[in-house]
Amino acid sequence: MTTATIAPGEPDVLDPAPAPAAAGVRKVRRASHPLRRVSFWVAAAFIALVAVAALWPSLLAPQDPLAIDLGKSFDAPSAQHVFGTDQSGRDVYSRVVHGAGQSVLIGVGATALGLAGAVLLGVLGGLGGRAVDAGVTRVIEVLYAFPGILLALILIAVFGSSAGTQILAVGIATIPGYARMVRGQVLAVRGAPYVQAERALGHSSAHVLFRTLLPNAFRPLTVLVTLGIGQAIVWASALGFLGMGVQPPAPEWGAMLNAGRNYLQQAWWLDFWPGVVIVLLALSLTAVGRAVQTLTQPGGPR
Amino acid sequence: MVIRVTRRIVEAVVLLLAVGTIVFFLEHAVPGDPAVAILGGAAAHPTKEAVAAVTEQYGFDRPLIAQYGDFLGGLFRLDFGESYTLKQSVTSVIAGQIGPTLALTVSALVIAWLLSIASTLLTAGRPGIVGRLGSVVETVAAGLPQFWLGLVLLLVFAVQLHWFPVIGSGPLGIVLPALTLAIPLAGFLGQVTRDEFEDKQQQPFVLSARSRGLSERAIRGKYVLRHAALPGVTLSGWGLGSLVSGAVIAEVVFARQGIGQVLVTAVSAQDLPLVIGITFVVALVYVVANILTDIAYVVIDPRLRRTTGAAA
Repeated sequence: MTTATIAPGEPDVLDPAPAPAAAGVRKVRRASHPLRRVSFWVAAAFIALVAVAALWPSLLAPQDPLAIDLGKSFDAPSAQHVFGTDQSGRDVYSRVVHGAGQSVLIGVGATALGLAGAVLLGVLGGLGGRAVDAGVTRVIEVLYAFPGILLALILIAVFGSSAGTQILAVGIATIPGYARMVRGQVLAVRGAPYVQAERALGHSSAHVLFRTLLPNAFRPLTVLVTLGIGQAIVWASALGFLGMGVQPPAPEWGAMLNAGRNYLQQAWWLDFWPGVVIVLLALSLTAVGRAVQTLTQPGGPR
Repeated sequence: MVIRVTRRIVEAVVLLLAVGTIVFFLEHAVPGDPAVAILGGAAAHPTKEAVAAVTEQYGFDRPLIAQYGDFLGGLFRLDFGESYTLKQSVTSVIAGQIGPTLALTVSALVIAWLLSIASTLLTAGRPGIVGRLGSVVETVAAGLPQFWLGLVLLLVFAVQLHWFPVIGSGPLGIVLPALTLAIPLAGFLGQVTRDEFEDKQQQPFVLSARSRGLSERAIRGKYVLRHAALPGVTLSGWGLGSLVSGAVIAEVVFARQGIGQVLVTAVSAQDLPLVIGITFVVALVYVVANILTDIAYVVIDPRLRRTTGAAA
């Protein structure tokens, strides 16, 4: 089962008892080989485009995203300003392109933080014995009791709003979802026949842990990372939309959404375009993540 | 059944106490003096006497353990103290604002289920383009962020077409915010239900029903759907929780009254008692919803009724 969001109650997206990476048995559905789908390449191309915008924004948008031209405020999209202009006459297209860097950084940073916390919890729970596991399960359960962005909102209430707390808040809010999957994965791999075989062959525990158990437990996480970055960017933008992140006039997607909200009835393009880019990026990451999942899942797609 | 539910309730109480403990210690980890925050922050330059008076009034000078005991005791009475900014009890603020939010989330949950069942019955397991299309629409719907979907619905149906009011109040005003919350959840539930539906279509009981001469429509609507809805029902408790969190955004987009709006203002003002009260109540709703889905699960799946005694 595959889904776009990383949801708590969701049945595990990962294989219950994954085979080792080296198994080499790879069945891929004939008609739906992911690399032969147009949608995969469109999605990959869009991600590449956003990556270019994040790294070298001036290549795509040579204009200054902060240049104010009060004579041109609220110009509708035209040939000169393809996404229109905002209340101070700044070019929305340039702002969207230049905003990619910060928004992607927030998404990637939050995902990295969430995964680090989740791996720590998950490995502890999966390998730490019964009492530790019960403790970890409780911690995950308690974190789960704050659905969606609520956990992020509490953290912002405590630490104040800034780009830093935005990463921290979104990152911590994603921990429970990942942690449960990591724990399940470690438990599943621990009981897999090939791990027992290694033990039976007399390999040291450290060898089994670092050479076999962890690599096999973490391999499916690569897919989660792809899906998770999209989710993190959406959450961070939602916080920005609520005015709890990077402050204007910095070009960042969430902050742009928040600023444009006040002029919605007279200038729809202020919020529409950053939103479109966020939606397309999230969908593209999901599409690519699933393609990677299909390709790397030994035993083929379900 | 009774044992199972009692057990779940005890677990829920322990869980909520843990939730309360975490928020309490987070609150006290905040840099700065809460008494200064109540007086409008350091920027307001409160006098020493005023700070001392507020510290005395709120009991901030008492040992942490005593404050913690009071806090936990308060949780049982749903008493979260007084809001720093609104200067009234958090409980009364929540009681006044929770109605519209619950109306919004519950109608969103109903709409989401109707949409996902319709999509499953019409397209799941159908060959060719119909099945593929249904699946693509669900994937896209599940990926739509609420803030953007809400803005687009608002622009198209309220600002351009004038079908609905721009401000989300009144009986018509609930339609767009409810759809904003329902569409992504419907996409998500639809994906889960579809997977299960297509899986259950291969089961022997379908063959047996078909051999008894039941129409394909009866098989889909009566037999397969019942099985396919199960995982979705389990997810509804989580779904309701995610809807309450999404309501924060929908209420802001549509300038709609509710605890989501209050929460956003409280977070920005760092009004911690109010933030804690609201998040605790949401956690409570979430936990209760999960217990209810547990019960619903047993009602839908008669196989569980016989085994519950052993399982509990």
